[in-house]
Amino acid sequence: MNSFSYLKRRILNRFMLFLSYGSAAFGVVILFLILSYIIIKGASSINLDFFIKLPKPTGETGGGIANAIVGSFIVVGIASLIAIPVGVMSGIYLAEFGKNKFASLIRYFADVMNGIPSIVTGIVAYVFVVVPMHGFSALAGGIALSIMMIPIITRTSEELIKMVPDTIREAGLALGIPQWKVILFIVLRTASTGIVTGIMLAVARVGGETAPLLFTAFNNSFMSFRLDQPISTMTVLIYNYASSPYPDWNAIAWGSAFVLIIIVLVVNILSKMFTNTKYSL
Amino acid sequence: MAKKLIIEHLNAWFGNVQALKDINLDIEENGVTAVIGPSGCGKTTFVRCLNRIHEVVDNAKVNGSVLLDGENIYSNTMDPVLVRRRIGMVFQKPNPFPSMSIFENVAAGIRLNGSKKKNEIADRVEKSIKMSALWDEVKDKLYKSATALSGGQQQRLCIARTIAIEPEVILMDEPASALDPISTARIEELIQQIKERYTIVIVTHNMQQAARVSDYTGFFLLGELIEFNKTSDIFTNPKDKKTEDYITGRFG
Repeated sequence: MNSFSYLKRRILNRFMLFLSYGSAAFGVVILFLILSYIIIKGASSINLDFFIKLPKPTGETGGGIANAIVGSFIVVGIASLIAIPVGVMSGIYLAEFGKNKFASLIRYFADVMNGIPSIVTGIVAYVFVVVPMHGFSALAGGIALSIMMIPIITRTSEELIKMVPDTIREAGLALGIPQWKVILFIVLRTASTGIVTGIMLAVARVGGETAPLLFTAFNNSFMSFRLDQPISTMTVLIYNYASSPYPDWNAIAWGSAFVLIIIVLVVNILSKMFTNTKYSL
Repeated sequence: MAKKLIIEHLNAWFGNVQALKDINLDIEENGVTAVIGPSGCGKTTFVRCLNRIHEVVDNAKVNGSVLLDGENIYSNTMDPVLVRRRIGMVFQKPNPFPSMSIFENVAAGIRLNGSKKKNEIADRVEKSIKMSALWDEVKDKLYKSATALSGGQQQRLCIARTIAIEPEVILMDEPASALDPISTARIEELIQQIKERYTIVIVTHNMQQAARVSDYTGFFLLGELIEFNKTSDIFTNPKDKKTEDYITGRFG
């Protein structure tokens, strides 16, 4: 009886292990396929011109996506400037003072916002920024992306600040340090590696967004550094070029996808490296 | 000897549960006062009321008064932050700041309380670590993570951190209960060395420890102070039957 059930358990164990390994492998294989396809298709369009030249009109060969690379950094930069302070401060509020109804409401809204389709975020930014400003702009794009980033950063900051044990807070308070300094210079510092990781992941996430930019930042064939003017971004460029009928535009889209993925990958790796530095929790 | 702390009618609650019932007790300046009693008797809550850290916990309440040099730390005009600068605390489990180096841990209290002069900070850090009998072990790795130290070293670091803000009273909540016998002996030695400069209140599970390190002992049971006297009297000639039962090991 006993040996029989032991055998049964071992078989079941094997089977379940196989299922888990299989699922993990499935995910990795898909990711690998996507990456390798983009590398194969994209790497061939990459050369120095690709990074420093502007797009050529239809029919002419060559050209690059310099304006879109610059544009993406500007738009994501604006989004980060807005979302990082708002997100981290909201996270501090929820973690340190969030034991009331108002905080539960904020937490709930943040979760709902996390689930809102990004195209809806784009429409919201269109209505509240583009329409009053009478035109598409880099600023509107940045605001749209920041709306997506804030809830992500808020919730990750909250979770990481909550992970700092209360004994650390008490140790700070017992030294006669005022509460705001305990939070800012001890608790936040203890959680900082994790918070930076969360921020980087949020940056990587919105860096790949197209929908919110379609009717906010719109597009621009020229190099632009102005925040009140439409601006080109890599994702919108990919969207336009990939759906165009011209093969050389399609190739540029593949090349841009390659560059974008590399940037996202680098941001992710940087965030991992940051997490592994000394003194983390 | 002067009375450093005078505790009058101190009551403390967690929600509806009363953890301390009408405690009255005087703490002598530059003496070591031990607080003993079985688990859950309120001894930790008692010392946490002395630096106003009890009230930090949700639903925790206190009333009564604690006079520090004659001034009630629970009066409306008293800033708890300033109270805690004068009454430091060492916790049961060593709790160095994990994101900081050894040096920064000891400097944290000085820096975050407003002192900016680099030389002065370095001097006070060194002095405090020396006073905590930790200097020889850490002087070559002051900028390494504090969490890499052993438990006993971490606890002495926490004592150094407390000494660095130059408090008048140091509360110790079972400072050696998580440590091995050798580390415990070092902490006890340390208490003997620093007691001339500070008034020390130590909570302990360990009656031998109370007998070894303290001048006065208070016995707590179920939130009440059963007996308070000179340590020698408590252990050789307890007045209360319950104290006698406890110290002779009949319960607790």
